[in-house]
Amino acid sequence: MPYFGGEEPVKELRRALANPNVQGDHLRYRNTVLKVIRVMSQGVDVAGLFSEMVKACATVDVVQKKLVYVFLCSYASLNPELSLLVINTLRKDCQDPNPMVRSLALRNMTNLRLPSLTEYVEQPLMAGLRDRAACVRRVAVLGWAKLHSLQPHADTDAVVVNELYGMLRDSDPVVMVNCLRALEEILKEEGGVAVNRAIAHHLLNRLKECDVWGQCEVLRVLQRYRPQTEDELFDILSLLDPSLLSPNVPVMAATLSLFLSLCCLAMPAVSLAALERAQGPLLAACGSASQEMKFTALCHVQLLLRSLPGLMGEHYKRFFCGYAEPAYIKQRKMQVLVELVNDDNVGFVLDELKGYCTDVSADTAQAAISAIGRIGRSYSDRCLEILTGLLGLKQEHITSVVVQTMRDLVWVCPQCSDSVCEALEGCEDMLLDCQGRQALLWLLGVHGDRISGAPYVLEAFVEQVRSEMAAAVKTELLTAATRVFLCRPAETQDTLGRLLHYCIEEEMDMCVRDQALLYYRLLHCGIEETRWVLQGRRSDPSLGVLIGRPAEPVSQWARSFNTLEPLRQWGAGSGSPPQGAPYHLDPKPSVDLRDPLNPRQDGEETLTGEVELEPLHGGHKERLQVSSALHRSSPPQLQAALQLANIQTMAFTPPHTLPWRVYLYTHTRWESPSPAGGDTHTLVLGELLYTGAPEDKEPREDRPRGGGEPRGGGEPRGGGEPRGGESEEGGVKVTVKQQPRDDEAVKGFLLVLSDALHTFSSESC
Amino acid sequence: MISQIFILSSKGDHLIYKDFRGEAGKDVVTVFYEKVTALTGDQPPVVMSHKELHFVHIRQGGLYWVATTTADSSPFTIVEFLNRLTTLIKDYCGSLSEKSVRMNFALIYELLDEVVDNGYIQTTSTDILKNFIQTEAVTSKPFSLFDLSNVGLFGAETQQSKVAPSAAANRPIMSSRGEQGGKSEIFVDVVERMSVVIGSNGVLMKVDVEGEIRVKCYMPSCLEMRIGLNEEFSIGKSQLRGYGAAVRVDECSFHQAVKLDEFDQHRILKVCPSQGEHVVMQYLLSDELPSAPPFRLFPTIERDNGGRLLMYLKLRCDLPPKSSAINVSVTVPVPKGSLSLSQELSSPDQKAELRPQTRAVHWDIPRFPGGAQLSALFKLEVPGLSSASMMEVGPVGLSFELPKYTCTGLQIRFLRLTPIQPGSSQRWVRYVTHSDSYTIRI
Repeated sequence: MPYFGGEEPVKELRRALANPNVQGDHLRYRNTVLKVIRVMSQGVDVAGLFSEMVKACATVDVVQKKLVYVFLCSYASLNPELSLLVINTLRKDCQDPNPMVRSLALRNMTNLRLPSLTEYVEQPLMAGLRDRAACVRRVAVLGWAKLHSLQPHADTDAVVVNELYGMLRDSDPVVMVNCLRALEEILKEEGGVAVNRAIAHHLLNRLKECDVWGQCEVLRVLQRYRPQTEDELFDILSLLDPSLLSPNVPVMAATLSLFLSLCCLAMPAVSLAALERAQGPLLAACGSASQEMKFTALCHVQLLLRSLPGLMGEHYKRFFCGYAEPAYIKQRKMQVLVELVNDDNVGFVLDELKGYCTDVSADTAQAAISAIGRIGRSYSDRCLEILTGLLGLKQEHITSVVVQTMRDLVWVCPQCSDSVCEALEGCEDMLLDCQGRQALLWLLGVHGDRISGAPYVLEAFVEQVRSEMAAAVKTELLTAATRVFLCRPAETQDTLGRLLHYCIEEEMDMCVRDQALLYYRLLHCGIEETRWVLQGRRSDPSLGVLIGRPAEPVSQWARSFNTLEPLRQWGAGSGSPPQGAPYHLDPKPSVDLRDPLNPRQDGEETLTGEVELEPLHGGHKERLQVSSALHRSSPPQLQAALQLANIQTMAFTPPHTLPWRVYLYTHTRWESPSPAGGDTHTLVLGELLYTGAPEDKEPREDRPRGGGEPRGGGEPRGGGEPRGGESEEGGVKVTVKQQPRDDEAVKGFLLVLSDALHTFSSESC
Repeated sequence: MISQIFILSSKGDHLIYKDFRGEAGKDVVTVFYEKVTALTGDQPPVVMSHKELHFVHIRQGGLYWVATTTADSSPFTIVEFLNRLTTLIKDYCGSLSEKSVRMNFALIYELLDEVVDNGYIQTTSTDILKNFIQTEAVTSKPFSLFDLSNVGLFGAETQQSKVAPSAAANRPIMSSRGEQGGKSEIFVDVVERMSVVIGSNGVLMKVDVEGEIRVKCYMPSCLEMRIGLNEEFSIGKSQLRGYGAAVRVDECSFHQAVKLDEFDQHRILKVCPSQGEHVVMQYLLSDELPSAPPFRLFPTIERDNGGRLLMYLKLRCDLPPKSSAINVSVTVPVPKGSLSLSQELSSPDQKAELRPQTRAVHWDIPRFPGGAQLSALFKLEVPGLSSASMMEVGPVGLSFELPKYTCTGLQIRFLRLTPIQPGSSQRWVRYVTHSDSYTIRI
């Protein structure tokens, strides 16, 4: 820093500060202090100048005073003793005739954050509460909150609390709001400021006097007030109604938040009406000049759409992307667009999305393509046409995403499979990335009978298997080759043989090798067995039911409205998690985990799953009252039933064997209510164990009083009895492990599991 | 509740750091910068978390404006506050840049001290703040020949230039009296942003015009100002008034300080402007324009025999003849792998280049008078050009500025200050339309 003359600017500054000539000339003195602050904000440690700065504090020059205070507040905690010297000056300033000086002194006195100074501060603070000037009272009120946070365990002074409650009637609106804030902090352990009827009405009446920030604060505090009668409630609502249309977005959001907390449980219709009224200002915020405001508004629009799916249908054009917008805004807008699609606008929306597919940013292009895929679940023909057209572009990144999108689409809409199979011809050369090739291989394997070139494409893949890096692609290739072999043995036999030979003899990756060995042995067992293992379902139309997702009750998300929560969920809504269940499958894994018996997921994942089994904690045992006839059901049926509840099955013991076991897992995303938690992801592993009837085996302590019905190969009992689950005292024991621990998630999991099993057993019996 | 506020330059230099509640140390600044620079393009940067702390930030003037806060605070409030803080600092320092923030750090610390106490927003009104703020802004005036043009032959200011220079409103609101900057002036700006999508058949597919009336006031004393809008101004679809060119908007909202008692009858806004910049009125027009969209494009795109891509673009400006567009920049996305560009432009002041990183041809037109038509011929060398890669051409994006023009037709009839200001008070009304996003499909 040559400007300060050499390597030791601090020394230099100290000399200047101590120079009586400088001290005599207040402009020079001020400039020297200014230099100290500049050096400080550049990150240089200037703590050594503390005593000089304390001296500089005693001045009539307000600008210099302010500068010195900036310094003192940053370094006071390092020099508690020296800070005592400042207190005298500060206390003297508190008597100054100029209210600005008084407020300044009071504020900085409390900003020093030194518990040792408390006793000196209390008296001026008390005087400050009764000061004539509003600006001093504002500072004094918050000063008490600062004192409290310094000594959180000290007994709260009842006098102060009473004084603050009394000052809610102060003539200055900022003082009133500050009182609310201070009381909230001081009385935090008692649940914050007590809002009774009188206070609530007082606050409501004075709402108009406050500025935007004050209004938000008051509205937030009012959320705790519960009106006693319905008339009172409606009075409040009609008083606040104009604020719902406020052009100030923060006020609108705070008002809506209050509306929701007042009536989302008792009067859902009112809260829905409020949402509809607030959509105007929210839409306006979506077009704000500030990108960050736009983003905030978009995230909240997504929340609103969860309860009112068709809400902004006619405003879909407002969510078209501007070409200069940042990628994250574009993606949110596309997510909203997908939700807004209806019969009238689908053409326009698709046309617009098609334009984004060739965007320079690969992220945006991919998001647009997957958005088209999602719309394709309802309007498959039009979307497939676009997707097929995109394959014609012959761009690697586009082709890869299109193939993945098609794979996802086929899984949900089996009627698309013919056109997808046609479109796939010839795109294998354009796929360079791992995910794209995996998707193509899966499609080839599952629909190998319909894609004429499938064996030859696979052959090309097998020839290059040596240069293939990703283990995931290799395992996918193994599965696909074996599957195609099942339907077109003549064309594939040679390819499969070479692949198995390579994987078993030369492959270094254990997962790939194991899988190859598994298939090899399966094929040894016979074609029928292989078919039985490998030919799972080609699609899951049941997921299609979830597309026209039902409107969620507002109460599901009302609590997170107007908090940071909605802004932190990355890409929420893109995966359309099935609603209603207490947990949602994470959108990403749902692609990979849906077919566990025929693992489309790579071997690595399976492996880690097994490895993780050990360190999992939070073991949890529970007995479910489920029909024991369960163990006689066929695995595929049970698997399908559990899949509807998003529970994946890993392994079964064959039916009619004892002890009968099923291993399950699910991946949940649970919106944690705790402010810190945010989204927690937890992996739940479960084991269903049925050890047989008491007469077959030694009764175990976890079994209920044995029902004594025939089991273990006996006739299914009470076949037509619908309430079988209740009566049958089934001894199916569930052991749950999870990571990380989350009791709510386990509870939810058990609830859903028992529901699913009940439904299943009552249907299958 | 705001725990800390800090301002970082785009390179991560700490410019301003203020801790309000002592809940976290200064090291979070570094944590923030590491996090924000590690994000990939599609991850939303606005809110990030680190342990118990949550960062909310905005980008303005090439700087990061960051607030740390708790999870339950309102994002609308914090983002709005940060935006408001930037306008405040711009009002006080004159302009918003790394340099002005660096030079005025003392002023900014003083402002922050008054604006936020213990993490709670106290006030952001310049009327209140002006009583407290003592530090004067430091401005840097770049030497420019343009300034000399205002000086007459003998050093006296000539009256020939009746237009306020565009930089006139970029000065601090508080400058010492007597200086040239102390003039009592008021600027009323009508700023419109249009976002337009025009289909390949020339049909207007989407139009949104977001407009606002901004008042920037340098008058020390508060007085009432009456802003008269066009009498034909109407809000909403149903209100059709008489004949002639009605100025219509769909939605309209006003600053809470605006008195509207004469608005219904005479379309007059009454406002007591406080110092600094304020948005007095915001409005929105969607789905239709009173006149033709400002630009139309007639493209011809084909492959020639040599495997080159020929793009013949005819661009017409449909503004009235006395208006013109400036800084027009046309962006034409071209197929991947385009190698070189040869161009034929109609005048030498235009420029065109191929930028491989954005995969687009940029055609810059500094000035485009209304009613004119410009054309350009681009020949691109694209190896392996196929008919499919023709699909990659487009959509064309335009960015431009239309000075002295509003596309809704909103005009300010008069601007009256009461009581009449003694001495030299100057009132300026400026109109400008920006392209927020102007897309033409091919």
